Amino acid sequence: MSIRTNTDYMLALTDLSVSFDGFKAVDDLNLFVDENEIRVIIGPNGAGKTTVLDLICGKTRSDSGSIKFWNEEISHLNEPRIVHKGIGRKFQTPSIYEDLSVFENLELSYPRGHDVFGALFFKRDSEVSDRLQEVAESVFLEDHLDKQAALLSHGQKQWLEIGMLLIQNPKLLMLDEPVAGMSISEREKTAELLNRITRERSVLVVEHDMKFVEDIAHKVTVLHQGRILAEGDMDTVQNNPDVIEVYLGH
Amino acid sequence: MNFANTVSWRHMLSMACLLLLLAIVLPITLDAFRLNLVGKYLTYAFVAIGLVLCWGMGGILSLGQGVFFGLGGYCMAMFLKLESSTPEATAIQSTPGIPDFMDWNQITELPALWIPFQSLTLTLIAIIAVPVLFAFLIGVAMFKRRVSGVYFAIITQAIAAILTILIVGQQGYTGGVNGITDLRTFMGWDIRSDGAKTVLYFVTIAFLCLVVFMAQFISRSKLGRLLVAVRDQEDRVRFSGYEVANIKIFIFCVAAAFSAIGGALFTLQVGFMSPTLVGIVPSIEMVIYCAVGGRLSILGAIYGTLLVNWAKTSLSESFPELWLFGLGALFIAVVMIFPKGLAGVANSLADRFRKPRLDVASSPDMPTPVDDSNASSTPLTSTTHQSATRHSRPGSAVHGAAGAAGDIGA
Repeated sequence: MSIRTNTDYMLALTDLSVSFDGFKAVDDLNLFVDENEIRVIIGPNGAGKTTVLDLICGKTRSDSGSIKFWNEEISHLNEPRIVHKGIGRKFQTPSIYEDLSVFENLELSYPRGHDVFGALFFKRDSEVSDRLQEVAESVFLEDHLDKQAALLSHGQKQWLEIGMLLIQNPKLLMLDEPVAGMSISEREKTAELLNRITRERSVLVVEHDMKFVEDIAHKVTVLHQGRILAEGDMDTVQNNPDVIEVYLGH
Repeated sequence: MNFANTVSWRHMLSMACLLLLLAIVLPITLDAFRLNLVGKYLTYAFVAIGLVLCWGMGGILSLGQGVFFGLGGYCMAMFLKLESSTPEATAIQSTPGIPDFMDWNQITELPALWIPFQSLTLTLIAIIAVPVLFAFLIGVAMFKRRVSGVYFAIITQAIAAILTILIVGQQGYTGGVNGITDLRTFMGWDIRSDGAKTVLYFVTIAFLCLVVFMAQFISRSKLGRLLVAVRDQEDRVRFSGYEVANIKIFIFCVAAAFSAIGGALFTLQVGFMSPTLVGIVPSIEMVIYCAVGGRLSILGAIYGTLLVNWAKTSLSESFPELWLFGLGALFIAVVMIFPKGLAGVANSLADRFRKPRLDVASSPDMPTPVDDSNASSTPLTSTTHQSATRHSRPGSAVHGAAGAAGDIGA
């Protein structure tokens, strides 16, 4: 830990490969994410964007290569352990507990009482409710804490899931198409939210909406057939002839 | 808004109604034979309550709960059988002092498996420990490998079938298809008399209250909400840092323990234990009790058990061949028309009844009652104070099924 220098990355994927039934979804991928960076991964359908997130959070096991988080190998850990290391993942479709209230959704994500008996004897104290209130405000849901999550609008459900991740205070937040299905005003609010929360963490986003990508990205990685086609700031990537050819052109 | 108080008040009221019915109305109105029948039905309710936690809340459908009911029952039966197989009582056997069915099967020595059941303490431990250990092993084998849903249901059903075959096959050790019968006394107390059966009925009610209390504690804790979360979004729970398998193993073991207590009380009240209570058919019937009661309602499970068994007894007395069709039709009807069972019907009736009063309670000119601890804390500005009361509220405001989640911690 003490020898960490500025040249070290928070997240380092090296030579990462995985194939499904012979199809190489991710092919010798090298990807490095800095502290406090917002990185957006774009690319045509089937480029392996979601698979990259799946590999990092432990949902899918890699065939070869390494995933290091703060120089620690995490590719062999199971999902909850990776979460405890400080990596949070939001799914493409809102994954929230529809039968529970917004408050309870956030409470279950609060990083305490994670084992069975911890959950059984969990006490809802002021520390918990203060933190929940704070996060609810940051994801625009402070007036809906009592509401059953199923009754939220689509955009609010997406925010709730982001809130559920924020409560865990992850060092790396991975979002899979966070603005899909959102209205324009919701999209703007989400961009503002992401820009606000990235002050203390890195964010890795998979997104199709180019306007939204422009709003938030520090750096863009273009994936194509499981490999990196281009990487750099938005302007560089947008003017790259290969990118225009396979992705932006149509 | 007094919603929290209303919910727990309603909860207390329904518990009181149930106790009134079970502990006063039924003992007064029913003769000893019928009361003993109700006592027997209530032992199935232990299984149904376990299923509320495991299936209703956690989404883990087990079609093999009879296994745990049976294991608890057999543990008790083995103790009682040894007690009634004194050398004097079994003097005509070729080996006196061992259970009669062992003697018929040319066994000349008490098998090692039976030796712990000479002790009451060990028996009481085994009644809980054996089924829980078995459930734990099944749980580890299944849930750690992420076997769930219909696959898990089928495997539990297979286990029920296997255990039945094993018990029937090992006649010399288990009493075979007849089970363990002719149980007479418990620590020298004759359990066959009407008086004893009435006492055992009340003992069953006492244990039922204990199990209801434990089930409510679990369902109101964060673990209860976590079970619902696992049922609806297992991946989200996993990616929130929980070991989902451990949660499932725990609740499956709890359901097994509840079932085992029911099984042991069954043996005491009915005076025998047999493989017919272990197999597939009783296991599925127990799921139906839970579904009829409303699979999210702990008390509903008790009513469901009583109602289905009452219907079973009266129908199968008059039309024995029709009963199974009736049971099947009932199950389909509940699933299609009342997915929340009796409890769902009761709750929607109660809501309709209560609605006008709720409107008054939530009208804007009613002051919000402020918790004393909040009011006496350091002076806050009016806005932060408001937010303090606001976020202390959801704790108790939401949830019919889980009840007032905040109460239990207070």
